[in-house]
Amino acid sequence: MSEPRPRVALLVTCLVDLFRPSVGFAAVRLLEDAGCDVEVPAQSCCGQPAYNSGERHLAMKVARTMLDALEPYDYVVAPSGSCTGMVTRHYPALFEGTRDEERARALARRTFELTRFLVEIRGVTTTGSRFDGMVTWHDSCSCLREAGTREAPRTLLRTVEGTVLKEAGDREVCCGFGGTFAVKYPAISTAMAEDKAARLEETGADTVLSADLGCLLNIAGVLRRQGSPMKVRHVAEVLADDTAGPAIGEPDP
Amino acid sequence: MTLHRLRSERFRDSADEALSDAELQANLAKLRGNFLARRARARDSLPEFDALVDEAVGIKNHVLDHLDTYLVAFEEAVEASGGTVHWARDDAEARRVVLQICRDAGASTVTKGKTMVSEEIGLNDWLDEAGIEAVETDLGEYIVQLAGETPSHIIAPAIHKNRRQISALFNHHHKNLPDREADDLDGLLADARQMLRGRFLAADVGITGANFLIAETGQTVIVTNEGNGDLTQLLSGVHVVLAGIEKIVPTLEDASTLLRLLARSATGQDMTSYTTFSAGPRRHDDHDGPDSFHVVLVDNGRTGLLGGPNRDLLRCIRCGCCLNACPVYAKVGGHAYGSPYSGPVGAALTPSLAGLASTSHLPNASSLCGRCEEVCPMRIPLPGILRRLRNEEAERGASPPVMRTGLQLWSVIAARPWIYRVLTSLTTRLLAAMGRRRGHLPRLPLTRAWTRTRDLASPAGATFQSRWKAGERP
Amino acid sequence: MSDARHAILSRIREASLPGRERDATARLRRHRRNLQPECARSSDAELIDVFVRKAEAVQASVVRVAGLEDVPPEVSRYLRHRNLPAHVAVAPHDDLESMDWAAMTITAERRKPLDSDHCGVNRAFCAVAESGTLIMTSGPDSPSTMNFLPETHIAVLKESDIVGAAEDVWDRLRASGRASAGSLPRTVNMITGVSRTGDIEQTIQTGVHGPRHLHIVLVKET
Repeated sequence: MSEPRPRVALLVTCLVDLFRPSVGFAAVRLLEDAGCDVEVPAQSCCGQPAYNSGERHLAMKVARTMLDALEPYDYVVAPSGSCTGMVTRHYPALFEGTRDEERARALARRTFELTRFLVEIRGVTTTGSRFDGMVTWHDSCSCLREAGTREAPRTLLRTVEGTVLKEAGDREVCCGFGGTFAVKYPAISTAMAEDKAARLEETGADTVLSADLGCLLNIAGVLRRQGSPMKVRHVAEVLADDTAGPAIGEPDP
Repeated sequence: MTLHRLRSERFRDSADEALSDAELQANLAKLRGNFLARRARARDSLPEFDALVDEAVGIKNHVLDHLDTYLVAFEEAVEASGGTVHWARDDAEARRVVLQICRDAGASTVTKGKTMVSEEIGLNDWLDEAGIEAVETDLGEYIVQLAGETPSHIIAPAIHKNRRQISALFNHHHKNLPDREADDLDGLLADARQMLRGRFLAADVGITGANFLIAETGQTVIVTNEGNGDLTQLLSGVHVVLAGIEKIVPTLEDASTLLRLLARSATGQDMTSYTTFSAGPRRHDDHDGPDSFHVVLVDNGRTGLLGGPNRDLLRCIRCGCCLNACPVYAKVGGHAYGSPYSGPVGAALTPSLAGLASTSHLPNASSLCGRCEEVCPMRIPLPGILRRLRNEEAERGASPPVMRTGLQLWSVIAARPWIYRVLTSLTTRLLAAMGRRRGHLPRLPLTRAWTRTRDLASPAGATFQSRWKAGERP
Repeated sequence: MSDARHAILSRIREASLPGRERDATARLRRHRRNLQPECARSSDAELIDVFVRKAEAVQASVVRVAGLEDVPPEVSRYLRHRNLPAHVAVAPHDDLESMDWAAMTITAERRKPLDSDHCGVNRAFCAVAESGTLIMTSGPDSPSTMNFLPETHIAVLKESDIVGAAEDVWDRLRASGRASAGSLPRTVNMITGVSRTGDIEQTIQTGVHGPRHLHIVLVKET
């Protein structure tokens, strides 16, 4: 007996939308392969930059737009721990005491980070993709501490043909992105990113993967500036077999 | 109230200096994972750790609900043991109280165990001006005092210094001792032991802090590894305890619960070497101990936190765990914060005690990575407090105008998905064209904060949403 | 001064939530234990082994002897082994006073320690198995400085005085009538291993201000 296919809204995330559309398409393919009907309601940003800058009323304006857009679906899935955490952890806090509080809570319960959704909600054990080389994984802080994503991407990556996963040191340490922090305190942010890049390079892996484009832009920014050969990609691209295009920060061939 | 030598306004410059100080960076790198790995082992070997944390949080919250009751009970119990309790509303009052006690004792030399409240109120400088020499006896505190600095870490005050710097300090200051090589760690320790032993024996007044004040018994509790706090209080005629009013716990049982968490969180030990409960002056038939005992209960802004949203900060037991977990602290060190309290708890506590006007960098200089909250044995929601302080700053219209305008503009656009789609679609295509050849954008004035130190990957072309709307599918 | 007291208490009351307990002082009399972790609940049979293991883990040495009369020979052995002079300061405790130190050719001075003493001997009030902690209480038979001034500290502890948890110590103090304000010992020291510091480059060094060596003589006799 087959279950009905769930209707899933892709929370594209503004960084994927603007910088790396391939991650959005990869996410759609992974979700469809996992038996979901995927839709992309018109959307923008989850409101986190304003929220973390203390601009609660601005954040609420943006978040309410998202709430309206994402509400009608069985699930909301984001290729990002950070935006997932914004919806699951911070929307309920943001809307606390307003008429939208219960809506925010309900949305939070239905929202998941992509890899965790695939493994834990859809029971995916492998995506059947192939990627040749040694990879290392960057745990974003929001994946670890807000979105509940720790093992899921590792579970899937271990089944990717041709891939060896090598863990880095200081796995639980932030890469220094932190949203607006990266541009408010660029010197500290970069110093943190350089430490992170050093730990990742120590693994000897040729590619670093993560579930958050913010971290990846930061890490790639340092690696590219240093002239490192290490490639940077979003995990969805590898899982969806979409690695033909240039890695993050690489020129078009 | 004020915090002594508050220089948080300079945070950005101090942080830049710290980042370009290669020796400091090497010293700080040694902190990486060290304390925290030991904490993790200690936590893992105590299966009930998280349950104990829940209980400890409950105890602290209960105390904060009944602080007046327990402070009064503590005062009665101290007096029943023959001690004296003094109350100080702010730093100035606390300094005056301590100075008066020292003057009454005719003191010329004071030894000190570690006390953060003393750093808060700037006691050493004050005593110095009054002609009373105050000698720090915790080895780390002694080192920073010789260097004319302040502690850079709550439990490891000299963590920013290496053995070469310390031996240079000792060689300079220990005139009557032979010079030591930097790698002679045993020799450095022996010198400190000898110098400070003399100080203990000669001191007129001994000042310590308190990790806990026990309402039931009137005991003050200090937790140390060196034993300096004990010699400080046992060998001088007067023992003065400086403590924040939030240090109260109801009973010995409650103190025992908190003690199971304190050392494990701080250094990864089950217990520190010495945990000392002090009650009043020496008894008539005792061989040693102080002739008089004073507890100075210091408010200095704490009651201001009590009724407010950042009240959770009053649960802090000063274990330093959040500093060890903080990636920002690990890069800039404690001095950059320009406050006695550094790291995540310092970034939250300093503005809460001293106001945001001169401290607004502190809550902003965080990536909100959340590791501090994860390790805090008092479950203090530090990132939430930092975010709330940012909110407070924004509501007062005090955040940087450029950032504010940018966010306002972004929010206006983001709240209208179709405007967002049209604008971003145009912009990303333009930027993609600019960066396609190299894979990253040229250094534009608007991206300077990013591109000075990092490349900025260029967008791949049209936005995902515009391509999706145009019918493209994977 | 009383202005400050009044002001602080008033601020607290203004900030406090309504609906809190009317009389929280009841908690002060109940002595209710919070969660006791498994490690604090050793059975009587395990207590001694757990204590020894925990104490040794924090660089204390432990030697077990049959009776109090075996203490001076053990101290003598220990001093010789460590190449220390046969000269100790001994706390004026009945158990220690009655010992025959002279037979072991140890000069034992019954007094509080001096800065010049290398080694001090005293009697522990009790000990906690959970953390390998000695409990020393100040009094006419136990100067607190004995725990800190000499570089070598020898503590005599009876097996029957080992308890499981820190909370058991407080019960013992209360049972001995010395746990209420006014009757408390001036100083209660919980001692877990030797004096140590990590203040120079986080390298652990021992004997910074207090003892570098802690030797526990565990006496079987009850």
